Amino acid sequence: AMDTDLSSQDRKDLDKFIKFFALKTVQVIVQARLGEKICTRSSSSPTGSDWFNLAIKDIPEVTHEAKKALAGQLPAVGRSMCVEISLKTSEGDSMELEIWCLEMNEKCDKEIKVSYTVYNRLSLLLKSLLAITRVTPAYRQSRKQGHEYVILYRIYFGEVQLSGLGEGFQTVRVGTVGTPVGTITLSCAYRINLAFMSTRQFERTPPIMGIIIDHFVDRPYPSSSPMHPCNYRAGEDNGAVYPSVEDSQEVCTTSFSTSPPSQCVFTVTKAHFQTPPPVVTDTLKVPVMGLAFSHQLSSSRLSYQPAALGVGSADMGYPILFAGGLNAAHPHQLIGPGKEGGVPPIPSQPAHGTQADQERICTPLDGVHYSAATPSSSEDTETVSNSSEGKCGSPHDLLETIFIRKVGAFVNKPINQVTMANLDIPFAMFAPKNVELEDNDPMVNPPDSPETESPLQGSLHSEGSSGSSTGNTHDDFVMIDFKPAFSKDDILPMDLGTFYREFQNPPQLSSLSIDIGAQSMAEDLDSLPEKLAVHEKNVKEFDAFVETLQ
Amino acid sequence: GAAPAMNCRAEVLEVSVEGRQVEEAMLAVLHTVLLHRSTGKFHYKKEGTYSIGTVGTQDVDCDFIDFAYVRVSSEELDRALRKAVGEFKDALRNSGSDGMGQISLEFYQKKKSRWPFSDECIPWELWTIKVNVVNLANEQERQICREKVGEKLCEKIINIVEVMNRHEYLPKMPTQSEVDNVFDTSLKDVQPYLYKISYQITDSLGTSVTTTMRRLIKDTLAL
Repeated sequence: AMDTDLSSQDRKDLDKFIKFFALKTVQVIVQARLGEKICTRSSSSPTGSDWFNLAIKDIPEVTHEAKKALAGQLPAVGRSMCVEISLKTSEGDSMELEIWCLEMNEKCDKEIKVSYTVYNRLSLLLKSLLAITRVTPAYRQSRKQGHEYVILYRIYFGEVQLSGLGEGFQTVRVGTVGTPVGTITLSCAYRINLAFMSTRQFERTPPIMGIIIDHFVDRPYPSSSPMHPCNYRAGEDNGAVYPSVEDSQEVCTTSFSTSPPSQCVFTVTKAHFQTPPPVVTDTLKVPVMGLAFSHQLSSSRLSYQPAALGVGSADMGYPILFAGGLNAAHPHQLIGPGKEGGVPPIPSQPAHGTQADQERICTPLDGVHYSAATPSSSEDTETVSNSSEGKCGSPHDLLETIFIRKVGAFVNKPINQVTMANLDIPFAMFAPKNVELEDNDPMVNPPDSPETESPLQGSLHSEGSSGSSTGNTHDDFVMIDFKPAFSKDDILPMDLGTFYREFQNPPQLSSLSIDIGAQSMAEDLDSLPEKLAVHEKNVKEFDAFVETLQ
Repeated sequence: GAAPAMNCRAEVLEVSVEGRQVEEAMLAVLHTVLLHRSTGKFHYKKEGTYSIGTVGTQDVDCDFIDFAYVRVSSEELDRALRKAVGEFKDALRNSGSDGMGQISLEFYQKKKSRWPFSDECIPWELWTIKVNVVNLANEQERQICREKVGEKLCEKIINIVEVMNRHEYLPKMPTQSEVDNVFDTSLKDVQPYLYKISYQITDSLGTSVTTTMRRLIKDTLAL
């Protein structure tokens, strides 16, 4: 009976809104815990890709994890989408800090206009989420991650589990939006029983390189909390199963109507990007920026007074012990050749960034750009010089991203169990097939000294010299299969990836080639006397013509 | 038509801060409110439909408070708020009072009147931040103040979000001819609801000295 009240178009729109709202919610939360400042640009012209009229970047890995957790379903009564934020120390101890819950309750608002009011209220709710994610305690902890601990996220779908948050956890409500099929609520439960040491009490150690974004491969202490595993599915007792949401790369073109005021025109179309956002950029920037800035922020003006050490709490379950520095015996931790107080330069790899990619990465994308902290003080000069490797050393970071997530630090698995074969690495298609996991993994065996400059810097410097520096860097580009986002196109037969590959190395213009040019010039010179003779003959005609132009 | 008798909802927030924290605390609150009260630029098309631009956001770290907040990515808007807050701070300092005052952010709608009557400004939401400036004796107190004010501002942000979530009255989305009666369309990248900022300083006798600043953005941009 409920469905007949809602037109099928409205129902489709509503499902789409809820789906993309869930995905954007996850992006906002995870990005707020990366440890860096987020900055996106306003754009007066709608690009058609910014859901809810907000510039929220999509980190592909995060979208992938969210979609995996949702598995084509939508939040419903009893089936909530949860983003768990936890902290993991260099010793492997972890602690849940927050659970963000996107829930649906049964209270329906039949009168509300889906394509208009619901949409705008979801936009407002995302703004509230942006604001609230900065005021819970985990925000400041995440800004200081990198040395003794990192912040991890996990997405699950199903029943909310708050028991890992310790005693006396607090809840903050972000907001609610009523819809004809139920009321969406967004809230956060966060731990207040915090006990860990201030960063000041430890010697400066090389930052933990590796994971800034990660998720549990295994639960570290599987028996200590009744949490459901990551791929939990709702039980079959729940009869009303939503039809799975079509998982297409659609964008939202919103168009609102004011005349007459009661009518709303809303269209959701598949838009075709002229310049698709490069998948590479978003994935790459994030972990590395976290590295550069997580270090920086430890010494920034954000000071933190720790709560008193309350290790006696039995509910914690996780012993919180810190040893200064990293455990060199741990096979997954990178001991970088750190400079004094600086971020260890990212170890250089065989050049595999294209010049085109580098240019794209280092310049803002049209309309919207995703960059970390805007340097606002002289403190940042160190960061900036390092981050030129970090920010722009992105091509090889793609590799790092993959290894980080499954093979990097803090995974409690003996190293010999970790092979490419038995891991389902997202974006595994990007991984070079011939790379040995451990031997060539710079995360495990870092090079001894950062003697060569990053390949990107080299290319950038030679950028101005000639257009022919494309040769080597193109050849070393590692990506096996380029599957750009939003590249599905029903109209054009050509896949964007194919287009990109084909035109990545365009042949040189024939007119620019010296041989052909020289040849044609010789021909031109030979034919000149003949042409001059002809023109001389017709000189009277030409003069008359010129007269008419005066 | 007849002017609707509109209730203007009013919210009051109070903070106690050190002198050097006034600006950042005010900006944090004002920006958080305006984040919720700004949309993308409207682009009207034929048949009365319109599309909406995109609002970007960015993190701001405070220097004198252990606090960070999110604001709309619009330099014009930021400049306008900084100008207003700067004047408020100077007025507080120069008043010779015991450091009490309040700054108000009012959202209003314009109702056009026929000549010779001037347009009416009808407020629909009013935010008032009452400020009490404290003087601290030593560095230790200042350090504690940094954290305490940071915690207080976290509470204020939560309060603001609670109010926003009530989904109470908002002006109806205007037609193209009416848009300037509801929104400030003078900025190039975002579109806040029409607003004005004013402040009052309470001098030592407890009386208020009122200063009103009108149409801050237009004034700021008339450089």
